[in-house]
Parts: sequence; structure tokens; C-alpha cells
Amino acid sequence: MDLQTITYLVVGATFVLYIGIAFWSRAGSTSEYYAAGGNVGPVVNGMAIAADWMSAASFISMAGLISNMGYGGGLFLMGWTGGYVLLAVLLAPYLRKFGKFTVPQFIGDRFYSKSASTVAVVCLLVASLTYIIGQMTGVGVAFARFLGVSKEVGVYVGMAVVFTYAVFGGMKGITYTQVAQYVVLIFAYTIPAIFISMHLTGNPIPQFGLGSNMAGSDMTLLAKLDHTVTELGFGKYTTTTAGSTLNMFVYTLSLMIGTAGLPHVIMRFFTVPTVKDARLSAGWALVFIAILYTTAPAVAAMARVNLQRTLNHAVQPNTDLFAPEASLKYDERPDWMKRWEQTGLLKFQDKNGDGRIQYYNDKTKDPEVLKKAAAAGWKGNELDVNADIIVLANPEIALLPNWVIALVAAGGIAAALSTAAGLLLAISSAVSHDLVKGVFAPDISEKGELMTGKIAMAASILVAGYLGLNPPGFAAGTVALAFGIAASSLFPAIMMGIFSKKMNKEGAMAGMLSGLFVTLFYVFAHKGLFFIKGTEYLGLIGGPNSFFGITPEAFGAVGACVNFGVAFLVDKMTPEPPEHIQHLVEMVRIPRGSKAVDGAHA
Amino acid sequence: MTNEDKGKAYWQAVLALITKVLVIWALVSYGAGILFAPMLNNIHLGGYPLGFFFAQQGSIYVFIVLIFWYAKKMGDIDREFDVHED
Repeated sequence: MDLQTITYLVVGATFVLYIGIAFWSRAGSTSEYYAAGGNVGPVVNGMAIAADWMSAASFISMAGLISNMGYGGGLFLMGWTGGYVLLAVLLAPYLRKFGKFTVPQFIGDRFYSKSASTVAVVCLLVASLTYIIGQMTGVGVAFARFLGVSKEVGVYVGMAVVFTYAVFGGMKGITYTQVAQYVVLIFAYTIPAIFISMHLTGNPIPQFGLGSNMAGSDMTLLAKLDHTVTELGFGKYTTTTAGSTLNMFVYTLSLMIGTAGLPHVIMRFFTVPTVKDARLSAGWALVFIAILYTTAPAVAAMARVNLQRTLNHAVQPNTDLFAPEASLKYDERPDWMKRWEQTGLLKFQDKNGDGRIQYYNDKTKDPEVLKKAAAAGWKGNELDVNADIIVLANPEIALLPNWVIALVAAGGIAAALSTAAGLLLAISSAVSHDLVKGVFAPDISEKGELMTGKIAMAASILVAGYLGLNPPGFAAGTVALAFGIAASSLFPAIMMGIFSKKMNKEGAMAGMLSGLFVTLFYVFAHKGLFFIKGTEYLGLIGGPNSFFGITPEAFGAVGACVNFGVAFLVDKMTPEPPEHIQHLVEMVRIPRGSKAVDGAHA
Repeated sequence: MTNEDKGKAYWQAVLALITKVLVIWALVSYGAGILFAPMLNNIHLGGYPLGFFFAQQGSIYVFIVLIFWYAKKMGDIDREFDVHED
């Protein structure tokens, strides 16, 4: 059977599975629709959170980024996992005890203010919508690459599948499909990694392989990699930081706080029966996430070794990398390179006309390397490798059987679909529960609300699909925005709502708005007002990264500090919250008396 | 102890535990993974330089252990102050 047929079969089988699960777990009440009836066990919930959390970006792009960045890429690994510690100890159990469906509802009730809840709804919608664009385009790309259909068809099929299980199943349907999607994506990610680790180091566990010697040599894999990349003028793999140490520090912190503040993750903790289970859920979620996140750095380093070895015959015997016959002849390049050249993700340009591929860092500041390159007649780097190839082409590079390649396709699609569904639920519940029921039509019946929820979900899918088909030019920059908003507005507001009994609505609102404003101001200065090209105002803030060299992606943590600071200042100058709110906080802090979540507004 | 005192004592115990968790959380990631990574890289764990190991592997393992340890300790505190779920 050829690759195309196997891929259709594997991807088709996973779709049948998802829809079958959705049919079996239809939601009949608002409680099932928003919170899966509140009776999902911690292990199952952890697995669903993991699938929800690990997006197309985690599955496809992260290892490639780490592969390029080396040590500095660790900020994604620490940032996107460390947030779960914050969730577990600061937010999840208390929000579960609070016992309502959504994040804006907590903020609205705790700060006894419809306006606070509306600010939270706006933050949630912007963060979730910007995040979902990447998922929909991810679905399109995976389809286009593996199934040979156009991107548009890919997005339509993706929309249809999500529609089937999200609209009818709600949180209940989504949770159980996500468990299946987790299983698909984790096998798709780890199987190629095991084969490659085995091949390179003789150790089948990638996490151990990364710390082992190269097969048949007494040099460790990382030392070998360090040696090769520095010879070719790249930064040393195990020590190159992402910008300054301060930037790496703040970037990691922003990702951690942002992770803990993302509403589509937080709302998963409303689906477990007890406070105790909410604590455990965070732990299980991290276990399931860690399986992929500790494999990713191994995939990253090993793919880089494989790539260097393919492109330069002198890497393996450790002879002169600059010898004329060392570089790979373009005519003799392997098939996977030919396939990826067609997608435009791999580009070769023979700058010195010798018919061979010279791959090195021509912008290096190391005079030794430049001298050697000039002596060898190299006229610049000749190969552009898109970071996304690292995971997608991995099985091909390692010459794995076709069914593994098909599995990777299904895994990439599962990762994108599961995250999209979680985001869609966060969006539709904010619209139907917090806006329609909370603000416009408080006496809507349960049946009416369920219907509104389904309509909001269907509408969100259409909007997400439209954005996926016509990604705005700024799409790449918006993920930074989603994390920035979650970190600078939602996380501090929720945390103060629990840990500061005296925090009042004036403080919380002022904090959220100023945190949001400062973050947006800094991001827009770099990327343009509302991401419109040409409206950047870097001059006003004194040049790029002017705030202690911090990049806009890393700014969320600074926004969070501003939020906390302003909130406490305003809180000191305005009246205390009413007595019953202080009692509410005391009630939220103790586990006893937790009950099934319900949607009644206080 | 009155109810109010008990509530206060419970919350103090909870805050003390959270502080411990967050100190370890910060030490492994921001400490070992970032600030002290250059120093730790002189030590090797198998083929891993130690600072690199914490940034790309070790801190994640510690995070997992931390959450389960926290969950267990919280269970103990809940029962000690008799505020656990039934």
C-alpha cells in the first residue's frame, strides 16, 4: 500500500473514533455541556487537559524551535510546564471549590461587579480567538502536506469534525474525544523518537538517549553536537541562551504565568468531582504533558545531529568539515529533501556554483570559521530549513516505515483539533453563559441556555474557520498576545481574588486594565497598533526591546507585576469589599462543602 | 480554639506549604535551569551538562513530584483542621 492510502486510512479511522465517542457522550444539560456533569476522574481529566494544552505548536513547531535555539529553547519546556505548578497550588482547587462554570463568572462574583466580569470576557475572547487561528491553520497545513488536498479542504474537514463533537457533546463530548486524541498524538510523537534514539545512541528511551554516548563512539551526543555546530559557526548547543539571561528569565516567567491564566485550561478544573481531584488533575495533566515535553528536546538535538550528518559527510568520521568533498552533492540528496523542497519549507540556493550543499552560519562572528569558509570557497549558507520540518520529516529522515509517517499526520491533526475544541468551548461558554445569561437575559431557561451555547459554538467554529482560511497577516505574532493577556490580566485578578480577602472591585478592575494596557502598549510598539503594519512606534519607547532588553513575547510577566502593583495601590484608597464577599473568600479557601458545579449567578 | 482561630491557623498552614512549593519551583527552574546553569554545566549527569539538564529535563520532573507532594500534604492539612471533603 502506498503512503497516501495508508495516511487516508489512519486519519480516517481516527475521525470515525472521535465522532463515535461524541455520539456516545452527548450532552443533555448545561452542567454536562459546560462541565461534563462535574464527574470526570482526575486521571482522565489530566489526559484531556494534556490534549487540550498540547496544540499544533507543541506537536509540530516546538522541537524545531529548540533544535535551532539549543539550550535557550528550554524556556518553552520550563515555561509551558511550570505553569501547572502555579495552577495546582494557586488557582485550580479554589476555583473548583467556587463551583461555577466559567472564569469570568468567578471574577464577576468575587468582585461583585458585572463590569469586572465583562472585562474578563473580553480578555478571554481576545486570548482564545488569537490562539485558535494557529490551530485552524495547523489543521490546514497537516492536511495539505499529508493528504495531498488543498489547505482549504483541510480546514473545512477539520471544522466539520469539530462541529460534530463539540456542538452536540459540549465539554462532555470534548473531554472524552480529547482522551482519544491524546493517545493518538503521544504515540505519533514518541514512536519516531524511540526509533531515532535507538539508531543514534543505542538507547531506546529518548530521554536517556539525549544523555548518552553516540552509538559506536565514546563521545556523548551533546558533546558531538556542540563540537559540530561551533565548527560551523553556530552557537554552542548546550549553552546558547535566548537573548540575555534576564530575557530568558522573564520570558520563562511570562509563559508560566500565561499558562496558568489561559481560560481554556482553567475551565478544565471545573469538570472534576472534588477539590482533592482538582489538585490531582493538575499533577496528572503534567505527567501526560511531560511525556511529550521531555521527548521534545531529544527529538530536537537528534534531528539536528541527523541533519548535519546528512548534509556533511565529515561529521560522522569527524574529519575536516570544510574539505571540498565533505558537503553533500545536491544531485545525491535524499528523497525526503526533494519532497520538502516542493512545500517550500526547505530551500537550496547554490551560491558558489559547486553543485554541493554548504550548510553553516554565515553570520557568525567567529573569525576562524569565516576564514576557513572563505578558504574553502564557500560563499554563504545555501540551505534554509524551516523549523516545522524537524518533527514532520523526522520519520522520513530516519527512514521509518510508512505507517509511522501516517501516524505522525494523524497526531498533528489530533493535536490541532483537540486544542481548537477546548478553545471553542471557552469562547462559546463566555458568550452564552457570561454575556447572554449573565448580562442580557438573566432569566433564560436551562434549555434556552443550552441552545444558546450550541449556537454560540457553531458560530465560533465558523469564525475560527474563516480566520484559519484567511489568517490575518499578524497571525504569527498573536500567540505572544494570548499569553501576554492571560498573564497580565486574568492570572493576577484570579489570584488576588483568592489570596487577598480585602481586594475590592476597584483594585481588581484597575489592575486588570493597567496590566493589559502596559502589555498591549509594549507589544504594539514592536508589532504595530492592533498589528497593522507601519504603525509601530518604537521611537516612543526608545527602540526595540528597550525595557531592559526584554522582547515583547516575554513582556507578560512585567504586565502582571504592574497589575498587582496598581491593584494594591487602588485597593488601599477605596472602600473594603462588602462583608458577604469576604465570607465568600473564606468559603472558597476550604475544601469542605464542595458541591457539583452549577451555573447560577450570585 | 474558636472557629475563627482555626480558620486562621488552617490558612497559615496552607500558605506555608504553598511557599515551600514555590521556593522549590523557582530554585529548579530559575535557579538551576537559568541563573546557575553556567556553573552547573561543569558538572555532568551522564552525558548531560547539569545546567542544560535542568533547563530541558530536570525541572519538569521536579514539577511533577512537587504537585503530587503538594496534593498529599494538602490532604493531610485538610484532615488535621477537619475541613476535608467527606
